[in-house]
Amino acid sequence: MKRSFAVFGATGALIVLGAIFFRPAASAEVPRTPHDDAEILEHLATGASDPRENERARLGTILAAQPRDLRTAVALAHLDIEISRARSDPRYLSYAQAALAPWWEQADAPPEVLILRATIRQSVHGFDAALVDLDRVVAVAPYEPQGWVTRSVVLAVRGRYEEARASCAPLARLSSPLVFTVCETSIDGVTGSAGPAYARLAAMLEPGNGRAVRLTPGEIEWATSTLGEIALRSGHDGDAEQKFKASLAIDPEDAYVLAAYADLLLDLDRPKEAAKLVEGRTDNDGLLLRLALAENKTRGPLAAAHAELLATRFDASHLRGDTVHRREEARFRLGLQHDAAAALTLARANWDVQREPWDVRILLESALAASDPAAAKPALSFLDEHHLEDPRILAVAAQLKKGEK
Amino acid sequence: MSAARRLAARVLVALVTLVALALVATPAFAHKPSDSYLTLAVTGARVDGRWDIALRDLNNVMALDKDGNGVITWGEVRARQAEISEIALGHLTVKSDGATCPAHVGDMQVASHSDGAYAVLHFTADCALTPSVLGVDYELFFDVDPQHHGIVRIDDGAGTRTAIFTPRERAQAFPRTTLGKGNQLWSAIKLGVHHIFAGIDHLLFLIALLLPSVLVRRPGGGWEPVPRLRPALKDVLKIVTAFTVAHSITLSLSALEVLRLPSRFVESGIAASVVIAAVNNVWPILEEDRWTAAFALGLLHGFGFSATLMDLGLPRQNLVLTLFGFNVGVEIGQMCVVAVFLPLAFFARKTAAYRRAGLVGGSVIIAAIASVWLVERAFAVKIF
Repeated sequence: MKRSFAVFGATGALIVLGAIFFRPAASAEVPRTPHDDAEILEHLATGASDPRENERARLGTILAAQPRDLRTAVALAHLDIEISRARSDPRYLSYAQAALAPWWEQADAPPEVLILRATIRQSVHGFDAALVDLDRVVAVAPYEPQGWVTRSVVLAVRGRYEEARASCAPLARLSSPLVFTVCETSIDGVTGSAGPAYARLAAMLEPGNGRAVRLTPGEIEWATSTLGEIALRSGHDGDAEQKFKASLAIDPEDAYVLAAYADLLLDLDRPKEAAKLVEGRTDNDGLLLRLALAENKTRGPLAAAHAELLATRFDASHLRGDTVHRREEARFRLGLQHDAAAALTLARANWDVQREPWDVRILLESALAASDPAAAKPALSFLDEHHLEDPRILAVAAQLKKGEK
Repeated sequence: MSAARRLAARVLVALVTLVALALVATPAFAHKPSDSYLTLAVTGARVDGRWDIALRDLNNVMALDKDGNGVITWGEVRARQAEISEIALGHLTVKSDGATCPAHVGDMQVASHSDGAYAVLHFTADCALTPSVLGVDYELFFDVDPQHHGIVRIDDGAGTRTAIFTPRERAQAFPRTTLGKGNQLWSAIKLGVHHIFAGIDHLLFLIALLLPSVLVRRPGGGWEPVPRLRPALKDVLKIVTAFTVAHSITLSLSALEVLRLPSRFVESGIAASVVIAAVNNVWPILEEDRWTAAFALGLLHGFGFSATLMDLGLPRQNLVLTLFGFNVGVEIGQMCVVAVFLPLAFFARKTAAYRRAGLVGGSVIIAAIASVWLVERAFAVKIF
């Protein structure tokens, strides 16, 4: 008797729940007609008052009349790249590409175009194509420091540290001591010499060290945040935090530093501070990821909504055929969706393209979560070969090795 | 991305433009680049288009933010509707076997996508002939934004496909999907089954009708359990078959465009039918033969099925075959419900719990839910 009561009670409850929840979700993509002309549909990063917009318009007009005017095209492409960084908007990278259209398909384009083309290509993870361009730049214009720097950077992303370090060497003659030092120390920081690298770069920033070159706030911000990253590698979290803070004091909007600092706060189990740091930056998918991870820990009221928004951003990227966000998507799958298998698939695919510390870490973490230590092999031997010192990464590696035995 | 990679951009700008403040080029997974979303639905020689274009992209080519205050309002978009349509349709050609299908602009609306607000352009392209190969030439924004992608979904009545248009893939051709008859029948059957389980209103209607099937009314009022399974089974089969026959009739009439009813009326009617069926279990309104009620109200549900069928873009080729398959699927779905429901109900029929919690309680709950739907649908309001 009681059992049947339970059966019907449960059935009734299911019907009610079904009726309440089983309705088609009102998708935001359903078109609608606003009723009010004053309704704001979109916020632009800036109004027409931004002087950079005026400059863009001026250069654009010249270029429209003479599309093959190299000087103007290069200037406009530079401006667009700069805006793209400032506003976290990859559309401007594409506009830069449009400005370089007459030379875009030329293998023997002028060196200044090759450098810009490589910069744009590497931003969509066309690292090999970027390296082809950069190899050509250093061959035809070895006096151009930019070619060496960018080449070193792309090689480092690929985990080719020896070549990357070699590409810094000419900068000792060709550029400022700061550029040369950052180039070398950022390689040293991930190849077993983080301590000395930190000391060497920190010395560059010492006031009154007799250096002839005066550093601009931008240079200080950049060198300071680099120091923060090197400190992370040697496990000096306190120094890292201090440097990230100092860097953000100069440029509070720097999405790269915000992301690195938020990651540190998440690692230090201070999710409230991490969330506060990046709240309001849902425009930037990388910062949205940190926000969602932090809110997931603090059980913030918007945690689910932000995770959902991030999921739709990934869906939209997949729809257009993009694969550049695998590292972040792996972190999303692992940290927010607890889908270790999916995270591991992404982390492995990502490993074929990028070899930066976070790429190592996400592959190790996913392999550990998926109980598949064999999948971590490439990252483990990479660690052995290059002596990355990051204690958090080494801890995951140790767990994996223990599990294997 | 490492600090060094940011360095590349920083130094690059510093050296060439001497602006040391210029920061990083790599957008650190900031956002995806620009996309537009175009859906083309082919019905005979007619192609209905819906094109979602980001307001930020339009702003880049036509300065939508007229007053330069950093926001785009609906007024600013609406005022330049004609211009937007001209830019968009000037960069798109729909072709039927090589011959251009002239496009006519319809309404403009807005929609939100993952990365912001989009203008939604509705248009129709009229082809001279039903395309056996639908051609699409897509050129929007490629000159100013080479990383722009056009994400195009084509629904030709037999299936949907997605294609990505890029500066390297500006023209693509799509032969009409031809489904084998077997496939077509199978997909229609699957859709019918799916619809029964997804359409909670049909399910509740059926359950409301089935609840009393293991009981018979006492002459003096109240219920008593049926002695054997056989009469209950007969009762159930009669009800389910009557429902199927009825909705098959109206579904076919409506799908073949012989008879059409306004959807608000149909949807409200379906909700009302669920209320009636449920209330009838507590206070008998309809006479003893519930299969006649199932038939009468089933006629209404058929119109509802037909709307689904059209919305879901079921194969419109060989409509009769499709209708047949869909009805078979609905019947299979219903039988699944019966197969779960009847043994449970038969097992519990003698208990007071079944009569009170099951029959009366269940009916009251169903009636309550359906009443909410009825109000929502009849007055177009949202309660839950």
